[in-house]
Amino acid sequence: MGSYIPSTGEERQEMLKTIGLSSMDQLYDVVPEEVRLHSLDIPEGMSEMEVSRHMEELAGKNHVFRSVFRGAGAYRHYIPAIVKSVTGKEEFLTAYTPYQAEISQGVLQSIFEYQTQMCELTGMDVSNASVYDGASAAAEAVLMCQERKRSRVIISGTANPQVIETVKTYCGSRNVPVTVIPAREYSTDPGELKNALTEDTAAVYIQSPNYYGVIEDMESLIPVIHESGAKAVMGVNPISLGLLKTPGELGADIAVGEGQPLGMPVAFGGPYLGFMTCRQAMMRRLPGRIVGETTDKEGRRCFVLTLQAREQHIRREKASSNICSNEALCAMTASVYLAAMGPQGLYRAAESCAAHARYLAAELGKLGFHILSGERPFFHEFLTDCPVDSGKLLAALAKQDILGGLPVDGGILWCCTECNSKADIDRLVSIVKEVCGK
Amino acid sequence: MKLLFERSRKGRQCCILPPCDVETAAFDESLLRKAPLHLPEISEVDLGRHYTELAKQTHGVNDGFYPLGSCTMKYNPRIDEEAAALPGFTGIHPLQEPESVQGAMEVLYETEQLLKEITGMDAMTFQPAAGAHGEYTGLLLIRSYHLHNGNKERNKIIVPDSAHGTNPASASMAGFEVISVKSDENGGVDLDALRAAVGPDTAGLMLTNPNTVGLFDPNILKITEIVHQAGGLCYYDGANLNAVMGHVRPGDLGFDCVHLNLHKTFAAPHGGGGPGSGPVGCKEFLTQFMPAPLVKKEEDHFEFFVPENSMGRVKSFYGNFLVVVKALTYIRTLGKEGIPEASAGAVLNANYLMKKLSGVYDMAFDTLCMHEFVMTLQRQAHEKGVTAMDVAKRLLDFGIHPPTMYFPLIVHEALMVEPTETESPETLDEAAGIFLKIMEEADTDPESLHQAPHSCPIGRPDEVTAARKPVLRYQF
Amino acid sequence: MSVIPAELKYSKTHEWVKEEDGLFVIGLTDYAQSELGDIVFINLPEEGDEVSVGEAFSDVESVKAVSDVYSPVSGVVAEINEELQDNPALVNEDPYGAWLIKVRDVTEQEELLDAAGYEKVVAEEEA
Repeated sequence: MGSYIPSTGEERQEMLKTIGLSSMDQLYDVVPEEVRLHSLDIPEGMSEMEVSRHMEELAGKNHVFRSVFRGAGAYRHYIPAIVKSVTGKEEFLTAYTPYQAEISQGVLQSIFEYQTQMCELTGMDVSNASVYDGASAAAEAVLMCQERKRSRVIISGTANPQVIETVKTYCGSRNVPVTVIPAREYSTDPGELKNALTEDTAAVYIQSPNYYGVIEDMESLIPVIHESGAKAVMGVNPISLGLLKTPGELGADIAVGEGQPLGMPVAFGGPYLGFMTCRQAMMRRLPGRIVGETTDKEGRRCFVLTLQAREQHIRREKASSNICSNEALCAMTASVYLAAMGPQGLYRAAESCAAHARYLAAELGKLGFHILSGERPFFHEFLTDCPVDSGKLLAALAKQDILGGLPVDGGILWCCTECNSKADIDRLVSIVKEVCGK
Repeated sequence: MKLLFERSRKGRQCCILPPCDVETAAFDESLLRKAPLHLPEISEVDLGRHYTELAKQTHGVNDGFYPLGSCTMKYNPRIDEEAAALPGFTGIHPLQEPESVQGAMEVLYETEQLLKEITGMDAMTFQPAAGAHGEYTGLLLIRSYHLHNGNKERNKIIVPDSAHGTNPASASMAGFEVISVKSDENGGVDLDALRAAVGPDTAGLMLTNPNTVGLFDPNILKITEIVHQAGGLCYYDGANLNAVMGHVRPGDLGFDCVHLNLHKTFAAPHGGGGPGSGPVGCKEFLTQFMPAPLVKKEEDHFEFFVPENSMGRVKSFYGNFLVVVKALTYIRTLGKEGIPEASAGAVLNANYLMKKLSGVYDMAFDTLCMHEFVMTLQRQAHEKGVTAMDVAKRLLDFGIHPPTMYFPLIVHEALMVEPTETESPETLDEAAGIFLKIMEEADTDPESLHQAPHSCPIGRPDEVTAARKPVLRYQF
Repeated sequence: MSVIPAELKYSKTHEWVKEEDGLFVIGLTDYAQSELGDIVFINLPEEGDEVSVGEAFSDVESVKAVSDVYSPVSGVVAEINEELQDNPALVNEDPYGAWLIKVRDVTEQEELLDAAGYEKVVAEEEA
């Protein structure tokens, strides 16, 4: 049996004596006897070597594909070695939320740096210290826009379905009505948006690049939202912002997204990182921790958790969000990633994603796969029809250690990142060719 | 300390990606970013040193005693980290076909079985990413249940005034009105106040047990009975499960659903504020409302399924999976004897330290405690002008992370101390010595306490200016 | 000892009120500001918002606390003190100069205390 208790049996007896007891059992005398548990029905404990084997066995039952052409909300990017070495430092790993600023400057400064980077990336004024993931970030963002006479939330049907579901849950429990506007040719239709907008609409959530990879025409959509008096919440892929126009440039009020591509492994869905940035005017509505710069008594620059009166531990039932723990270490991961990549590196990653996706689309096009969103610009994902049975195709790819695109709407949603080299794509295409009998 | 941006020099970079090996995409000019992107331009060596310096200004569990009440800062075993770093876990895409991720699904399934037994619940979801997220999810179970039964009028959640702030905030997010009930003189739920609060509009009660003053509520069975008789459900906030796991189960105390903090009770690290994991368990009659998907075992393989009347999703995918891996490694290491031994150890350490401090420090409740205890500095504040804050800040000079300050709200000048089971008696003795020495200083040199800390990288920060004139990012 | 000017009226919840040019001017008392400590932000309503007797129309934040401010009258917000948005500390420095809102079309007001009555309220709370 493993244990992390340092004290020996004798020491514990001594300690019991100090507090006037004679047995460990007496510590629980206050628990009513009829509910005292005398034996826990779980397996015996294990030594470190045994448990290590057990976990390796479980990990061994998973298959890690050599090459991955699937995204849909989780993206395999190259993770610089320094990212893992920094975030593995035990001080960062094991510290609690930095309540005691004097011994937490490391964590606080790293969050301040993260906030700055996210503002830069998205072109916004203010960032929080993170929320759970992209889906909960979207939900928190639309709830930030609630006003006395405006509560309705509109979501474009081109958003990631898991984000839509999460927003519906969060809004549903607060009796906030949600309208999902249908997609037209896999992008947001300005006409449908106009029809859906009402006087009581608080926020509209549009994701770009959207679930189908399409870069939405935000420059036309956001003015429509603002004309109605509602706030525009834009969901973005952070890597794309190395190349594409920022939510700030496009006029969004709030930018949110899934930060996983910024140095986090796909890891079966988590931990990931929800990032949230907004305009100055909405600063006090941002949920979650926020770090600010100040000075100590001797005038030295330092950092603290600030604007805390927004938060649950002070505002209790009147707080706009209940978030307490966030994803601090993931925020640090993103921060180290962005620093390691630098502006050129991030541009190169974004460019490489887009270029590989185009190359794959062109090659698949030659084999009769049509992009279902037509001529609309896309970033690193695209949805094609599938001239052969998609199950058969994906199985053939899996056999060659390739995770193909995700079956969506009868077609396949493909994704490329900088990790999918030309050689990888050529290999995939040759297998597809075979399955298609060409 | 310089910021990343102040270390940046134009043209420097880490060499990470190769040149693109296919023709670059020609985007329409109108789609491209025009805004400058001020990311640091920095060499790898400078980047590495930057974070090494930041790490030195961060107090982690391995830097010293960390008795932060309510946060269960126990040792985070290295093997748990190693398990979570296995490529077989980090490298799998959440949307892979189930046959290629059977090991990951088994992790969820196996952890569910273990936690069901530990909590006395019938099902468990791992989707919630933190404790507060778990509270929200658990409350949605209660909400779904009442709505499903046509009891729309059951819209009030009862929360003791000693509760964590997340409790009322979660209840309010879940669409409930919050009814606060006062605590009795022993810090427990006041039964009369509870009886007066319940009624046909009661949706449920949220309770931490042991409660936030570190005491196991002796009336617990009565409490859950009162709520049940009124038609409400009982929610167990697992923040303090580390006191009782393996000795008593929320399910046997009359609770209908529960959340756990894997990053507290089950030794996963806190990461400076996350990622955590806040799985939610419930009794059979509530499983139909659980978030989707859940994992089930069919003969020798694992499948996802959507509960019949699922509340939907509270997060993408299946929650903070790697944190679950760490918790599973921990639970399997401790096993059937190690789990109750850990909680008993936590209770022993808390009582031992309390004993060493009592007499000099006033205990808010002078009785055998569970895994933590609350001291009040009210007398010292009155007599000597020395506050809980002063004591906390002075502890920093001795390399001890202060206890939780000014919580629970029902105790004035509170310091809430939770040593956890992973501290040795000599660490506790040493800490006790420091606590006592500080109280001596309160007599001899109170000014030094007001000015503390003296040996940290910074002194007390000006929080008022930080909030009045917020500077929340670096300006280029 | 907190300052309680004789010419003002007071609510039990520590707001002061004065009638001026047909408007009701509302602020926080000296006692209230000293209890709150350093005020870091004040959430004010908008012009044209309705306020009602006994309901919160604003909240005041210090670093570690937030407190509601209740309206002693029912009416419509005619004006808010914009200066407080950038400089909430004015309430700490000059509580009777730094008004929060002015209310027009007052239809109802709670029974207000005079300075002596309010002094008793403060004395009780301090005890």
